[in-house]
Amino acid sequence: MKYLTEFRQKEPVKGLIKKIKQHAQDIKKEISLMEVCGTHTMAVFRYGIKALLPQELHLLSGPGCPVCVTANDYIDKAIAYAHQDKTILATFGDMMKVPGSRSSLTQETSEGAQIRVVYSSLEALEIARKNPDYRVIFLGIGFETTAPTVAASILMASEEKISNYLVLSGHKIMPPAMRSLVQDHQIRIDGFLCPGHVSAITGSKIYEFLEREYRIPCVVAGFEPLDILESIRLLLGQIKSGQARVENEYRRAVTYKGNIKAQQLMEKVFSKQSASWRGIGRISQSGLKIRRDYASFDIEAQFPIKVKASKDYPGCICGDILRGLKTPPDCSLFKKACNPSHPLGACMVSSEGTCAAYYKYHQEES
Amino acid sequence: MCLAVPLKIISIKGKMGIGELGGIKKKISLMLLNKVRVGDYVLLHAGFAINKLETKEAEELLQLLREISEVSD
Amino acid sequence: MKEKILLSHGSGGRLSQQLIKELFLKKFDNSILEKLGDSAIFEQKNIRWAFSTDSYVIKPLFFPGGDIGKLAVSGTINDLAVTGATPLFLSCALIIEEGLQLSILEKIISSMKETATRANVQIITGDTKVVEHGSADGLFINTSGVGIVTTQENLSPQRIKVNDRIIINGTIGDHSIATLSKREEFDFQTEIKSDCAPLNDLIDKIIPACPGLRMMRDPTRGGLATVLNEVASEQSFAIELWEEKIPIREEVISICEILGFDPLYLANEGKVVFIVKHKEADKLLAMARAHPLGKESHIIGKVVSEPKGKVYLRTEIGSRRVIDVLTGDQLPRIC
Repeated sequence: MKYLTEFRQKEPVKGLIKKIKQHAQDIKKEISLMEVCGTHTMAVFRYGIKALLPQELHLLSGPGCPVCVTANDYIDKAIAYAHQDKTILATFGDMMKVPGSRSSLTQETSEGAQIRVVYSSLEALEIARKNPDYRVIFLGIGFETTAPTVAASILMASEEKISNYLVLSGHKIMPPAMRSLVQDHQIRIDGFLCPGHVSAITGSKIYEFLEREYRIPCVVAGFEPLDILESIRLLLGQIKSGQARVENEYRRAVTYKGNIKAQQLMEKVFSKQSASWRGIGRISQSGLKIRRDYASFDIEAQFPIKVKASKDYPGCICGDILRGLKTPPDCSLFKKACNPSHPLGACMVSSEGTCAAYYKYHQEES
Repeated sequence: MCLAVPLKIISIKGKMGIGELGGIKKKISLMLLNKVRVGDYVLLHAGFAINKLETKEAEELLQLLREISEVSD
Repeated sequence: MKEKILLSHGSGGRLSQQLIKELFLKKFDNSILEKLGDSAIFEQKNIRWAFSTDSYVIKPLFFPGGDIGKLAVSGTINDLAVTGATPLFLSCALIIEEGLQLSILEKIISSMKETATRANVQIITGDTKVVEHGSADGLFINTSGVGIVTTQENLSPQRIKVNDRIIINGTIGDHSIATLSKREEFDFQTEIKSDCAPLNDLIDKIIPACPGLRMMRDPTRGGLATVLNEVASEQSFAIELWEEKIPIREEVISICEILGFDPLYLANEGKVVFIVKHKEADKLLAMARAHPLGKESHIIGKVVSEPKGKVYLRTEIGSRRVIDVLTGDQLPRIC
């Protein structure tokens, strides 16, 4: 299958691993690279990449999973809306098992809430068209890759006057979170694998501040095994020669400026506001809010509700894990109170959350 | 947060296209792109094409990776 | 255990297993049930009987390649056949939603008869209940079946030895994708048909020819990954699968890429996994390939000694990853 199978070939993998090992040897110290995209975490796990890398090279999973960084209060609000009269909640599958303060969407369906899993906001729009007597609320989560698609759905709703389609925006953007990570002196990040599909929308230019202000090497990485390994090779090359640039490995999908049309649609519908990132706290200008022009599609503007302030489960260290400061075994709840059947923090809920991946991946080593 | 997959556009009607991958045909919104043509490859994410794929860049990368393998042997 | 029953409790993964262990096994408490085989095997009057039951609650009732009736008959026949039994008789209990068209019921019953005849099995007893509109998705069917075990010994994971081979009779994931394509929400077109079929004829030919056959499983809900984990769980061996050898149709791979599914967890309704002595693997493979329901059979892995109790995959790029049990159903994701 074009653009997929060619980037999964065995021989180039061997060549890249050799080069990576050579670079690591030349660098002669522990290296920490961070990826900030849940899909990268998943790909690394799916292809067993960590086990192929030299021991002194650590691949950290940062706060790039929209599920992992969604705070309790978003889920609590979604649940509260779901229980209102004549309401259908539509959501990406990723959100179903995320724990709120007291419950999750999956548990709420067993309490009679009408919650449908969709693959696209377009399907949520269709549910709204087919059920004019119901309010259909779409849970808008995801980063810059997804926000333009949800913006497009709002524009379509506006054009077709589908007044029963509303969005609960939980969208976030990457650069402020990355800045927050590097400003935290506890963290040591020697290089970033930048999210390839976010970059397809934003362009690789958004990472320049890391090069300019913090001198951290960045490579925009694709998601196939060859992309990930080549990106690691490029990062090690920079580290070895003391450089700090933004390089683009994923040139077949990413340009410097990005998808201008998608950026414009996003800008038309959303404005920036501060947002709560689970485990990290509030980061200014990191969340997307629906603009007043489209307030009729913003569920919070139409029917504001208050929920109790988010509280994380006592003992949960998802925040430290998301920042790469600790690993799952450092958590007192890991594998005991918190496991895939009974997740307490989002790092365990999402199948590519650090703790869930660790639980599966390290089974063979325990 | 970016599960996106390459599909080939096999037909276009207004702002919607039909994309094909491995025998599967899927409706895909082209609202986020300008100038898409039948035969183009796009990345599908959550029902939308988010960008086009450049064949030349893909081929260059594959060539580079082939060279790396050969040198390493 | 959770306080309420969730949909995940019926999906065959971790929560289902928890419910079985902590409620059903505990309460019903007997050595036959404890084995948790696809069918229960017991001996009475010097005959080894196999007895199995299954309920079918699928939506939609009709899908490319089959319908709920064909599924109900094939499913229970297969549960008997994979334990080494020749299926003889089935029961058929229906729970019908008030308002179901008679013509639809007729189609489904005809389909059941056709499938049973093809498999040389008779439906000899039944029951009918009708429930109020809204209480059932059109129709729920339960089939129970009885058969006689023909293998020399009872098949079980205890017979498995290191170096045994794992063989499957064809492509995985077809049934899941065929039923998914009919659900409105996911809007994609495909030619894929469900693989739904009774496998007793294929298995009947294999059993006498391959005394080195250790055991069989049918990878239904939860897929190949789940049944192999059940086989390996708490045993003194591990299972290694070879990604490049697992037969999957391109369309199934494509849907999995788009929706973020792992094909190893998709349901199959016409597949059987054989675990066989290394020396007899080629023979079993040839026999399976000679049968219409086994043309795409492949050797997909082997039994190894470590890590005990686990299943892992040798990926197409030459690395490896552990294949764990899922907690619930896979859901389409964007991340």
